[in-house]
Amino acid sequence: MQAVLKVNGLTASYHRNKVLDQVSFEVKPGTLTAIVGPNGAGKSTLLKALLQQHPTLAGEVSFFGSPYPKVKARIGYVPQRGSVDWDFPTHALDVVLMGLYGQIGWLKWPKKDHREKAMQALMEMGMEDYAKRQISQLSGGQQQRVFLARALAQDADLYFLDEPLAGVDATTERVIMATLNALKNKGKTVLVVHHDLQTVEDYFDHVLLLNRTVMAHGPTADSFTKETIGRTYGGVLRWMGEKSG
Amino acid sequence: MIQLSHNAQWVLLSTFILGIAAGVVGCFAYWKRQSLMSDALSHAALPGVVIGFMAAGVKSLPAMIAGAAISALLGAALIQGIRSSSRVKEDAAMGIILSVFFGLGIMLLTLVNRMGGGNQSGLDSFIFGQAASMVRQDVWIMTALALLVLMVAAVGFKEWKLFLFDSAFGGGLGLSVRWMNGLYVFVLVLVIVIGIQSVGVILMSALLIIPPVSARYWTNSFAGMVVLSGLLGGGAGMLGTLISTMGKGWPTGPFIVLVASGLFLVSLFFGTRKGLLIVQLEQRSQRRRLTRASIDMRSLKEEYSHEL
Repeated sequence: MQAVLKVNGLTASYHRNKVLDQVSFEVKPGTLTAIVGPNGAGKSTLLKALLQQHPTLAGEVSFFGSPYPKVKARIGYVPQRGSVDWDFPTHALDVVLMGLYGQIGWLKWPKKDHREKAMQALMEMGMEDYAKRQISQLSGGQQQRVFLARALAQDADLYFLDEPLAGVDATTERVIMATLNALKNKGKTVLVVHHDLQTVEDYFDHVLLLNRTVMAHGPTADSFTKETIGRTYGGVLRWMGEKSG
Repeated sequence: MIQLSHNAQWVLLSTFILGIAAGVVGCFAYWKRQSLMSDALSHAALPGVVIGFMAAGVKSLPAMIAGAAISALLGAALIQGIRSSSRVKEDAAMGIILSVFFGLGIMLLTLVNRMGGGNQSGLDSFIFGQAASMVRQDVWIMTALALLVLMVAAVGFKEWKLFLFDSAFGGGLGLSVRWMNGLYVFVLVLVIVIGIQSVGVILMSALLIIPPVSARYWTNSFAGMVVLSGLLGGGAGMLGTLISTMGKGWPTGPFIVLVASGLFLVSLFFGTRKGLLIVQLEQRSQRRRLTRASIDMRSLKEEYSHEL
């Protein structure tokens, strides 16, 4: 099967520190991958570098065999919840509608069926009762679900999510994981920056262990071992009194 | 009703439209968290105004607007440059550019006034604004440019919203963030340069900052905020100008700002969204409900204890 995402030798720096060094990996379609690594390992930077929101120093990235600008519409991105100002005066449905702006067309106004589509996406996230609620009045988990609904409305083939499960309630975590699995079953590909090592094996079929460069990558059963985790988290785990591989 | 001259009516109309444009663009600056940027850029426009005057040799608004735009854009570029190439943070960079450019502008202004001898250049009015000094042609230029700004804001309204709320996501959808940033600085500078003759470089930013802040107290939708901010800005522009025409030689800028501040105070206290009064009332009714609930609880408990 042709890879959905091919990354070769991706290198990027942040404030003069090299945060990504020769990152190379390939992702197959219909997979659900966790990107895991210690703080400062470059997980968020990796997503941003892939999506050309962060400058890269070297390396090639191709999506569906094409460079990013050509296939933007097929790629969905769910940024960290904290990346926007939730005090912005708008309601949940309106935020979800933003996911459809590409389909609506630039400089054109959304029509009724766009609104219905956005409502559908909200329903899939169990958020239909909050459609007209101010986004500032939603809980953290609800805000995260609105973000995911917006990505669903976009109807992409490949999704990147930055820490969607960080600081959310149990219900939201369940809804989000069910949605991601549904996407996977529809043949879509999902990459998730994830922080909780406990749930990696339950939630994801593939894992990418990252610490500036790829420490391990593959099916979770093979690649998510004590040895690879130890290598990725090295110093941190030893400091916590655990033996590293 | 005050009888206004034909010219004064035109001037009023132009400050009304200017106020609308400033209120609308001010909303963009508000959500870009760059309200102070407008202050830095309007101060940075002063040297350009004077240089434009010197280049043209006469008081020609097109030349001075062009000069103001160039020097404000230069200021914006320098702020960006300082921020990205040094450890200096944006607020400090803005402070540096604001004071250096304004100082330079005042220096040039003094020179020009000296050279002109007794010949009053009328350039002083650019500091505090003098709407009455506008001639018909000035009014036309100002109004046309303000309408251009409003058109840019209206045509791409959906894109502005996406850009201001979540530009990273917008970039992923194919919205050019670089283009939007350029367009944003363009409309911001345009509003500033057309406003400096009537409002003045020192106070122009108030017309960009106060209306959006006031509008926020009345509405929960972005479109509502932009429209209301425009109306408040337009109202302040027109009313302030009207008051300033009542005295001979009264500057326009301060009156516009005072009217805008008055509207802000009204919004702060009586605004239907988080206005101080409504918050007070809500808290009081909530407290009352709580006490009533706890009284109910207590009597319920008493009943219950009797049964025991």
